[in-house]
Amino acid sequence: MPAEVDGYPGPTTGRHPLDSLWRLRPYLRPYAPEFAWLFLAGLAAVGAGIAVPLVAQRVVDGPVARQDPAGLFRLAGLALLFGLAEAVLIFIRRWVQSSSSLGIETAIRADIYAHLQRLPASFHDRWQSGQLLSRLTTDLSAIRRFLSFGLLFLALNLVTYTVVVALLIRLHPVLGLVVAVSAIPLFLLARRFARAYHAASRRMQDQQGDLATLVEETAQGLRTAKAYGRGPELAARFAVSSRALHDTAVGKGRLLADTSARLDLVPNLTLGVVLVAGAGAAAAGTLTIGELVAFVSLQLLLIWPVQGLGWIIAGGQEAATAADRIREVLDTPVAILDAPDAAAPPRAQLLGRLRFSGVSFRYPGAREPVLREVDLTVEPGETVALVGATGSGKSTLLSLVPRLHDVTGGHLTIDGYDVRHLQLATLRRLVGVAFEEPTLFSMSVWENVTLGRPDAGDEEVRAALTLAQATFAYDLPWGLATRVGEQGLSLSGGQRQRLALARTVLSRPALLLLDDPLSALDVHTEALVEAALRRALPNTTTLVVVHRPATIALADRVALLEDGRITALGRHSDLLATVPAYRALLSAEPGPPAGDPAPNGLVRS
Amino acid sequence: MTDGDDPGGDPPPAIPVPRPRSCFLSNGAVESTQENWRGIAVDPDADRSRAEDTDPAAVARLRARSRALLRNLLHPHRRQLAVAVALLLIQNVAGMAGPYLVMLGIDRAIPPLRAGDAGPLAYIAAAFVVATVAEYTARRGFLVRSARIGQAVLLDLRRRVYRHFLRLSVTFHERYTSGRMVSRLTSDLDSIGELVGGGIDSLVLAALSILSVAAILLWLDLPLAAVTLLAFPFLFWLSRWFARTSAVAYRWTRDSIALVIVHTVESLRGIRAVQAFRREPRNQRIFTRVNDDYRRASLHAFQLIATYSPGVKLIGNVTIAVVLCYGGWRVLNGHAEVGVLAAFLLYLRRFFEPMQELSQFYNSLQSATAALEKLAGVLDEQPEVPEPARPVPLPAAESGRGAVAFRSVSFGYHPQAPILRGLDLDIPAGQTVALIGPTGAGKSTIAKLLARFHDPNTGTVSLGGVDLRDLADADLRQTLVLVTQETHLFGGTVAENIRFGRPDADDAAVAAAAKAIGADEFITALPDGYATQVHRRGSRLSAGQRQLVAFARVFLADPAVLILDEATSSLDVPTERAVQRALATILRDRTALVIAHRLSTVEIADRVVVLESGRIVEDGPPGQLVHSDGRYAALHRQWLDSLS
Repeated sequence: MPAEVDGYPGPTTGRHPLDSLWRLRPYLRPYAPEFAWLFLAGLAAVGAGIAVPLVAQRVVDGPVARQDPAGLFRLAGLALLFGLAEAVLIFIRRWVQSSSSLGIETAIRADIYAHLQRLPASFHDRWQSGQLLSRLTTDLSAIRRFLSFGLLFLALNLVTYTVVVALLIRLHPVLGLVVAVSAIPLFLLARRFARAYHAASRRMQDQQGDLATLVEETAQGLRTAKAYGRGPELAARFAVSSRALHDTAVGKGRLLADTSARLDLVPNLTLGVVLVAGAGAAAAGTLTIGELVAFVSLQLLLIWPVQGLGWIIAGGQEAATAADRIREVLDTPVAILDAPDAAAPPRAQLLGRLRFSGVSFRYPGAREPVLREVDLTVEPGETVALVGATGSGKSTLLSLVPRLHDVTGGHLTIDGYDVRHLQLATLRRLVGVAFEEPTLFSMSVWENVTLGRPDAGDEEVRAALTLAQATFAYDLPWGLATRVGEQGLSLSGGQRQRLALARTVLSRPALLLLDDPLSALDVHTEALVEAALRRALPNTTTLVVVHRPATIALADRVALLEDGRITALGRHSDLLATVPAYRALLSAEPGPPAGDPAPNGLVRS
Repeated sequence: MTDGDDPGGDPPPAIPVPRPRSCFLSNGAVESTQENWRGIAVDPDADRSRAEDTDPAAVARLRARSRALLRNLLHPHRRQLAVAVALLLIQNVAGMAGPYLVMLGIDRAIPPLRAGDAGPLAYIAAAFVVATVAEYTARRGFLVRSARIGQAVLLDLRRRVYRHFLRLSVTFHERYTSGRMVSRLTSDLDSIGELVGGGIDSLVLAALSILSVAAILLWLDLPLAAVTLLAFPFLFWLSRWFARTSAVAYRWTRDSIALVIVHTVESLRGIRAVQAFRREPRNQRIFTRVNDDYRRASLHAFQLIATYSPGVKLIGNVTIAVVLCYGGWRVLNGHAEVGVLAAFLLYLRRFFEPMQELSQFYNSLQSATAALEKLAGVLDEQPEVPEPARPVPLPAAESGRGAVAFRSVSFGYHPQAPILRGLDLDIPAGQTVALIGPTGAGKSTIAKLLARFHDPNTGTVSLGGVDLRDLADADLRQTLVLVTQETHLFGGTVAENIRFGRPDADDAAVAAAAKAIGADEFITALPDGYATQVHRRGSRLSAGQRQLVAFARVFLADPAVLILDEATSSLDVPTERAVQRALATILRDRTALVIAHRLSTVEIADRVVVLESGRIVEDGPPGQLVHSDGRYAALHRQWLDSLS
């Protein structure tokens, strides 16, 4: 199975390639003085580095030739001083560079994470988590590398280039202009390279994200893969993706090799031209040989900045495409957020009347709505069971209440407040959800249970665990401090479900939403949990998704969800008697076996 | 947070990452409640592979292993490497020739030119062009080749680690967590990639020029060269300091980036719970902490190189000043020539310049080695459930290859808490057994042992008379499939997910499987039918629909032995019934172990086994058990009551 490709929008086109990078400049602003300093330190270090050989030359020409020991020691002292200064300046530059570039990286990462947490479930359904993860790690490193080295050397090299060319022109205008003109092919080569590399760099980053997705998915599906012995198939699939990444990387390497070799060619050829023209000029007597030597020596200083150019551009392009990818996330608006005039009524004022009026919902990108014109009122303290066939939209209906998704039509109100006009924090404090699949994190049991109430005390936690029949947690090797393994898979399905239930109960919601909360419990435990729930939640409005007749005992009324609509509402026994569709869903009797002369009674034997 | 050398704090450290003893780290005063969020892992090796231990011997062993791994990875490319180095030397010689030819031109070509003879200049210009073209070709060839070698090594390593992860047991993955696996296969490989990206040339060139210049220096003036060599003990001492501290520092960065990734992966996966329970602020605090921990780890490593690199520079510059002084003095006293001093100073500069590059390379090497150590640690991890060296083939289909037997099997996830004690269970081929009992009785454990997710502590589990430990994995998986409550859908289409059961099945077979199980109706109603992308972990399909897809998958796989562990828990009653009808058909001549809390599932069983605290307490045909006065009869009554 190929990794899906529709998880992210394609490369953003039509804008300047450096636009996204430029838009990250607010993160640079706090470090502007540091960057100024390190640029100065970098320049000074280059200066000091050039000064040392000059001083050494002066020693040879001066005191040694003149037999002047005092002068020798003075100049040697000067060389030492410059040498020390160079080392200290490099130290300062690197030290400052580290802390500022890392500070920027860390700040951007924290902001992306915060934004990801705010983005609604529909965003996370659409995006592969590996793509998001690679933005937080690989892409940010590319930006950090560019900020700490590329940017500085780009500036230093430009300065070096300009200064040297200016000196060359002063030394000999004609030859100097020849060298200056050589900047044109350099510029053209660099521009062409930048464009080609931009595309390759983006492709590579996307492929790195795909690979991260594949790895994460493998880890998730490991048990399934093992159960079917599909390791070889997964490895083959990984081999294809990693080969694609490899090919892109090799292609990038080839691009870089071509360009940097070509870039190197330019100063070399210029040197050849200078040699021929300079020799001619010297022969004609318009240039002394000493001047020609000086000219060539200076010109040799240009080779290093040009050699580094390829790498600097490559790093810059990588940072630019990384910034594009990061902006794609940061620019996604948070669709579900507090309305400007959102209300935050005190908990005491709320009774917990939940009302769906004409609620419709369609998943983004889907053609058909999942829910159509749902009308349902759950009175304060009442328990309503939601019954429907597999895939009829029960879980979707529940997810609308805490605004994991927003309704696409109609209104959903709690005590008359439209949920979209309540503050999100208030709303989600009011509503407690136990999901169909208990989501546990690889953290301590305590942390998992107190997810919605970090301030809960020991007694409250114990009460919640007792209610959910989850006191087994105290017998774990480290009690409640025991780390639950990944997704809690070291616990049994029933244990995880009970922990998730304890978590929901602990958050003391006014509105309880239970999505098939006891499916993994045995009959006996289920009965105990039910009894405890009844005792504990007499005043809590509850909407519970139910597949089994047993759990319906909890409910005052039952709503039948068919094809996105509520088609029947009433007491269990009444519906059982009057609604055939309901009877078909919940009847304990096996339906008439369709043309199969099968078991009469419970057992085939 | 305490430093590594702080003796305080009795609870085990929540984040057992190595803390370098250093002044950079003592500023993290975080309240203890934040410290404990991860909880205490049952396994002390939870955050690392077993090879990664903190005692010095283990560290040294792992380092040796990672070097061996590197050698092993490079071995197939040794010819290409030799070619690359040769090209590098050509490039270098050609590069050196350029300035030399220019000087030659000035000295030798200008006088004849003045005399009207352009011949020497033309020769030299031609030689210059040749040198330039040679440099261009060699440089391009070298860069392409080194990129190819580097990427081939990365590809090889990435695949090896991935395949090894697939081989490692479920237990390993449970403690290691998927986030850390992602971290190893992405971030760690990235940092090795940085080394192979631009490492070889600086290493080779620097070593080359240092050696050649050292020879020239010794030849030029022995006493001056001796003074120069005085720099070496300092360089050596500084490098050793850097090697030691940076190894620890980079290990710390690898561990801390893994925590960032682990936390991110889990937050994203559980985003619904995070939002519904208003977990965002606390998550953000935790993220800020792991993020900052990574920042400090990187900062520490960067500051080490920020000290080392100018340190090398300093030693070089001081040496130059000393040589200048001593050499000048020797010339003054007539012990040396001025020309020698001038040449010496010029070469000295070229002696210390590559040292900078070398220090940079050393830094990348240290960072890559830390990452390589992590990967070597993973590769070193022995599968707890190993493939047999000499697999025993299963008996032919007719002679009861579906027979399952547990012989005095004891097992516990932790030695102090055994779950099964001396369990004996025989299931003849073709029998359908329902396994029932209270939560925690060990039902799922039996299923996992039979699927060989774990091996028993004592006793044997056998299939068709062959101990599972002697069966080839491919044979076992082809014969036996476990379906659990947690259904995982892989990225791709619905059809591809069903085909996971039998990769060579055609579309018609896939559709037939879905139809047989009653999943056809909902699948064809999906926007793109069987070609619908299931997206991230199937979040658009309901839990029940995913279970149906999983059933179609196992139907297609058509194993001789089927284990169903609560596999129908999310289905509504009619759908479950449809699935059961389909199962009844396929299970007629297959062995099956069915675990369900709902006794409705028992409908299709030939035999019921009641389990309590890891022991079989009742065993017999359901019709018989229901009339005896045992646990099954009680459960059955309770179940009947619950239906009304």
